[in-house]
Amino acid sequence: MTDNNDSGAIHSRAEEFLQVFKKGAEFTQDLLKENERLRFRVLELEQQHRAETPTVELKLLRERLQRVETEKQQILDKIGSVEQENLSFSNRYAEIEAENNLLANLYITTYQLHSTFEVSEIIRIIEEILLNLVGAEQSSLLLRDENGQMLQAIINESGDPQVVEVEVGDTRISTALSEGKSWIACPDELKQLDETAVKAAIPLLVDGDVIGVLAIYRLLAQKDSFSEIDEEIFNLLGAHAAMAICTAVLRYENVGRINFRQGFLSRT
Amino acid sequence: MSEYRVLVVEDSPTMRQLIVFALKRIRNLHIEEAGDGVGGLKKLSAQKFDLVVTDINMPIMDGLKLVSLIRNDPQYMEVPVIVITTEGATEDRDRALALGANEYITKPIQTARILEVAKKMLGI
Repeated sequence: MTDNNDSGAIHSRAEEFLQVFKKGAEFTQDLLKENERLRFRVLELEQQHRAETPTVELKLLRERLQRVETEKQQILDKIGSVEQENLSFSNRYAEIEAENNLLANLYITTYQLHSTFEVSEIIRIIEEILLNLVGAEQSSLLLRDENGQMLQAIINESGDPQVVEVEVGDTRISTALSEGKSWIACPDELKQLDETAVKAAIPLLVDGDVIGVLAIYRLLAQKDSFSEIDEEIFNLLGAHAAMAICTAVLRYENVGRINFRQGFLSRT
Repeated sequence: MSEYRVLVVEDSPTMRQLIVFALKRIRNLHIEEAGDGVGGLKKLSAQKFDLVVTDINMPIMDGLKLVSLIRNDPQYMEVPVIVITTEGATEDRDRALALGANEYITKPIQTARILEVAKKMLGI
């Protein structure tokens, strides 16, 4: 009886063990399936992640490109602004150079005109100024005669000024003499005028009185027009050449040669 | 800073003054003046110059003769020479360049042009 009982108990326990083992086996199978499912899911997610990554990078790259494009535009705007500024400075530099040239010419003209009391020297200086600064190859200094009617041309022959009477047939010279106004040929007129014609007539003024006319006849070959600087030089010559000549003539007629070494203040 | 030495050979005081006026805008520049080619040659033989600016039409010795003498004397044959021509005619200018002048300026003179050519010759 006892043996039967023992055998039944063992059998029961074996069954029980088998049940547990079965359940263990089923559980293991479930775990393996779950593991496989999860691994599959991981693979799925990894693929999905890989697929999404370029989109993100592309977005970032696009944003960066936009920033770079904006920066590029800003730099281009800045370059444009700097170029404009540079052009402005360049124009200003050219203007200053022109002003400097004008002032240099006027300074030298004045300096030279008032550097002597000799009429012949003054005439030589006027000719030099007209040739070197204006480009006038042939010119004439015409002064009113004692009656104020005829003009007399002063020419420098071997450094000795001589007076030659001339008939004033040119209306431009007559107008400059009567009205005291300059006439300067414009580029179109210069093209039409023949070589011997008057190209400019500048009145020589002292205290508002016209004492003569400076006439320009022939210009250097490369000179095809008068510039603003030329006009300024003509204006200056109109006033200062007349004054220099008057001073020289008055000094020659009334004072004689001044000996400045004896002192200037004692004469006043 | 090194000093540049320039010789201006020109018989006309007006032109000489204008050339000197223009050249004075270059810093560290020492200018010597002569009224004709002979005077210029005397100065050249007495001291060293970095540049010669000479007119062509001058009494006693003209600019063409001066250029020729400069280019044929080993003492100063390397000195750059700028000639100033009166006429627009190319004859004088071409002769000067053929004799060895480096540059030319045509009258009427512009101070900016003198400055530009002188700076170029001095390598400034």
